[in-house]
Amino acid sequence: MEPLFAVLIGLFFAAAVYLMLSKHTVRILLGIVLLGNGVNLTLFTAGRLTREVPPIIPAGMDALPAGAANPLPQALILTAIVISFSFFAFLLVLTYRAYQELGTDDTDEMRLAEPRDEQLPPMGY
Amino acid sequence: MAADAPALTFIALFLPFLGAVLAPFLTRRLKHNAAWLLALAPLAAFLHFCGFLPEIAAGEAATGGYAWAPSFNLSFSWFLDGLSLTFALLITGIGTLIVVYSGGYMKGHPDQGRFLAFILLFMGAMLGLVVSDSFLMLFVYWELTSLTSFLLIGFDHEREAARRAALQALVVTGAGGLSLLAGLVFLWNITGVTQLSLLVHLDGGLRESPFYLAALLLVLGGAFTKSAQFPFHFWLPNAMEAPTPVSAYLHSATMVKAGVYLLMRLNPVMGATPAWEILLPFFGGITLISGTLLAVRQTDLKLMLAYTTMASLGLLVMLTGFGSAHAVEAAMLYLVAHSLFKGALFMVAGTVDHETGTRDVTRLGGLCAAMPVTFGAALLAALSMGGLPLFFGFLAKEEIYAALWAGNPRAVFFTILALIGNALMFAVAFAVALKPFLGAPVETPKHAHEGPPSLWLGPAVLAALGLLGALFSGIAHRYVSSPMASAVMDDAVTIDITTVPHLGMPLLLSVITVLLGALVYWRLGDARALMARMLENLGPGPDRGFDHFVSDLVRFSVAVTRFIQPGRLEIYITVTFVLLALTLLVPPVVFGELPGMPAWPDGILVQEAAFFLIAVIGIVAVLRARDRLTAIVSLGIQGFAVAVLFLLFGAPDLSFTQFMVETLSVVILALVMTRLRLSPADHRPAGQLFVDATIAAACGIGFTLLLLKSVEAPFDTLLTDFFNAYSKVVAHGANVVNVVIVDFRGTDTLGEIAVVMITGLAVLALIRVRAGRKGDVK
Amino acid sequence: MSTLILRTVAPALTALMLLFSVFVLLRGHNEPGGGFIGGLIAVSALAIYGIAFGVGAVRRAIRFHPMAIAGAGLLLATLSGFLSIFFGVPFMTGLWVYPVIFDVEVPLSTVMSFDLGVYLVVVGAIISIALALEQEPGPELGGEED
Repeated sequence: MEPLFAVLIGLFFAAAVYLMLSKHTVRILLGIVLLGNGVNLTLFTAGRLTREVPPIIPAGMDALPAGAANPLPQALILTAIVISFSFFAFLLVLTYRAYQELGTDDTDEMRLAEPRDEQLPPMGY
Repeated sequence: MAADAPALTFIALFLPFLGAVLAPFLTRRLKHNAAWLLALAPLAAFLHFCGFLPEIAAGEAATGGYAWAPSFNLSFSWFLDGLSLTFALLITGIGTLIVVYSGGYMKGHPDQGRFLAFILLFMGAMLGLVVSDSFLMLFVYWELTSLTSFLLIGFDHEREAARRAALQALVVTGAGGLSLLAGLVFLWNITGVTQLSLLVHLDGGLRESPFYLAALLLVLGGAFTKSAQFPFHFWLPNAMEAPTPVSAYLHSATMVKAGVYLLMRLNPVMGATPAWEILLPFFGGITLISGTLLAVRQTDLKLMLAYTTMASLGLLVMLTGFGSAHAVEAAMLYLVAHSLFKGALFMVAGTVDHETGTRDVTRLGGLCAAMPVTFGAALLAALSMGGLPLFFGFLAKEEIYAALWAGNPRAVFFTILALIGNALMFAVAFAVALKPFLGAPVETPKHAHEGPPSLWLGPAVLAALGLLGALFSGIAHRYVSSPMASAVMDDAVTIDITTVPHLGMPLLLSVITVLLGALVYWRLGDARALMARMLENLGPGPDRGFDHFVSDLVRFSVAVTRFIQPGRLEIYITVTFVLLALTLLVPPVVFGELPGMPAWPDGILVQEAAFFLIAVIGIVAVLRARDRLTAIVSLGIQGFAVAVLFLLFGAPDLSFTQFMVETLSVVILALVMTRLRLSPADHRPAGQLFVDATIAAACGIGFTLLLLKSVEAPFDTLLTDFFNAYSKVVAHGANVVNVVIVDFRGTDTLGEIAVVMITGLAVLALIRVRAGRKGDVK
Repeated sequence: MSTLILRTVAPALTALMLLFSVFVLLRGHNEPGGGFIGGLIAVSALAIYGIAFGVGAVRRAIRFHPMAIAGAGLLLATLSGFLSIFFGVPFMTGLWVYPVIFDVEVPLSTVMSFDLGVYLVVVGAIISIALALEQEPGPELGGEED
């Protein structure tokens, strides 16, 4: 199954990169969401895939049965999902606030920090 | 010494820092009188170091310290021999007088507390510098003196000249410090030792190393900048922007001698090579001559002294590198003499400035009646500086001539340099000490009268020491000069010159010096005019060059910034992903590491295939979304498809989390998207579209290949086995994923929930920024 | 969005989901579940309540400021880690006690309180974001949500 996942992940990354290359903040945001899913799936696949058996130790046993899924990538991804969600929420609000304040979602128009005709800094001491 | 001497030395080294901390508080309470109290800190340290004198005079060296980071061979350790002890005594002794003097000089200044704190801070740094044993400690203290010097020069920070001078000194000495660091790393690599106490007793090896010259040049870069040697001298006169106590202390008696100290310290291991004996006397000699010539040209008391200080430093460097034990002895005597008389003269200049309101020598005169004590101190110091009999300066000068004089052309050349330098310094010394005090009284901005005891105590004590040291030269040599010279030569040396003149070549040269100096003094006005004309013809010096350097640097960095940060997000992202694609694709292709063609996986279940397809549809739909609703829905589709895939492959925890997250994402997206405009289509021109699609495809293919390659490799189950084995047995949990999150990797999770918390705060802040600004606070 | 049906069902649904979220949190150590998932379920519950009755109602219902809840959770999680100091074991080492309450052995641990901290942080931080967004009247909507 891993090769199939690898192709799907490639698709996720390609779509994410394409969206992030856009000038429009909303599309960049969508791209970042896809990127997060792509990364999570990458971790998942790199830890090898097994079908259906969750990494839960059955009652009366001291270790996982053979054929259970790899718990390590799952633990990494679980926190990553929540983090990328809060990051997404932050970016969403940032996009929204930027749109409100600057009246544009075009990143080329957002020149507040790096204005086009920046003066030389003062030369004195 | 007592058994607890190391602890006491440690305390003595930190007393100035303690004083620096207390200074602002004490000054707030006691006003300028706090200085008398604060002077106790350096005084105590001075007395402590005096206790070492007999031991050091007997040829011992005191070391001590504490381990700091033993695994890196770093320690806080000190090394006291004749050289460092003399420096420590000068720093704490003169420091005591300077603190007292500052109390009088800065009386009534609103920032007096800060000034005293800076002075004491510097004192601690300088003290640490000269007693440091480990290279790293030496470097740290070296930079600390540069920093405190920056603070002190820029003390009067409301004037641009002061800011410029402070910055200049910091840039020059700071750059030198970096050079020194590199030099020390070289020394460490060549010799394998990181302690000066071990380095100075090393037998050979260093001079023969192919890296000797590189190490020497780097160390000289540090020493020459710190000690204001030509062509790095220009910062020193500018540093006279600092209040006079600073000039007296840092820029004549102590800090500028750090470079000389370093050279003397390294003389046993690095000296006596052709490079050493060419570079040091050459640059020292140029500095000596240019310093004295520039000093003659000045009319400002402080600048005259500043240039002679530069000249004296040049003389010291010249003597250190001259290459004979005799010259080193002369350097020792001159170093001590110079610290005493120059410190005193600077303080006198400060007192005159303080009491009359000017330090222009042409506008001063006849002060001897009004300020008799100050005049006395000035006269004694000038006699020592001029090198007249009965004074310590005389001993030094006799020794210099005795050391330099020899039949060969090199010796004659340097003797002439020394002669000219000394004669001009003689003239300047008396110009500073006599012109303001003798002659007809001149009207000055302030009505002159004798300063308070705090102002004349320092110069008087230092000037008197110049006399006493010579009169009781036996004691001075036994405890100070001889141990110092022994340390520099790493060999027992005894100095026994006394103030009784012996007939001979040195005395003849001394007489010529005095006559020549007196001649220049007599025709000082003409000499000044001559020098001014000469300098005009020379054109701009390195001081102007510094201005050009700084403004060019600013322009250059602006140009670089504009090039790499043009301000368009698109460019940044494009560059990032192009590099990413190259990183992913180039190495496997170049090194032939491409993964093999994977076999078609057999037994794909229908539901798996279905959700694969749904995920793909979701992605394509997001790409093609033309309105807000489509975007939200298609984003949801791919998310839920991923959640189901997690479930199908044995990750129920992930699946549930992903479901919840996708649901909440859709909810908040719906909340916000309604207020956002999503342009129906990407306004990318066809060319741009093609480029972006290529980059995106390259990245996607790159990741696919990476993943294919990595799953080809055998799976390392080390960590998985660990978690599996201990999850139930040790951590009492059956859900291994949860046990990993909250127990095995709990600290990691703690960091992650902190991130979640911070995002929450950041979102609140973002939303409230406008609310606050528009005044409708909720 | 707040229809009559939603208004009728919402309180019961929210209560049930909150109860379920605590259940998921507590069983997380041995079955699928845990602080992250439980927290997200609780957030959904409150979001439904908010859609039905408005932001003010949610704020009243949870009594504390959402970020205060998150802060308390972070503090609890950190303290759970530091408790191990008193037993001379490294930071974050799990500590267990098994008190018997009403003849039932109840396993309590710092691991569980840590997970509770995670739960509270997730609930607090994310509900804070959601409420802030729901409350924020946008220029195009003109405060329709309220």
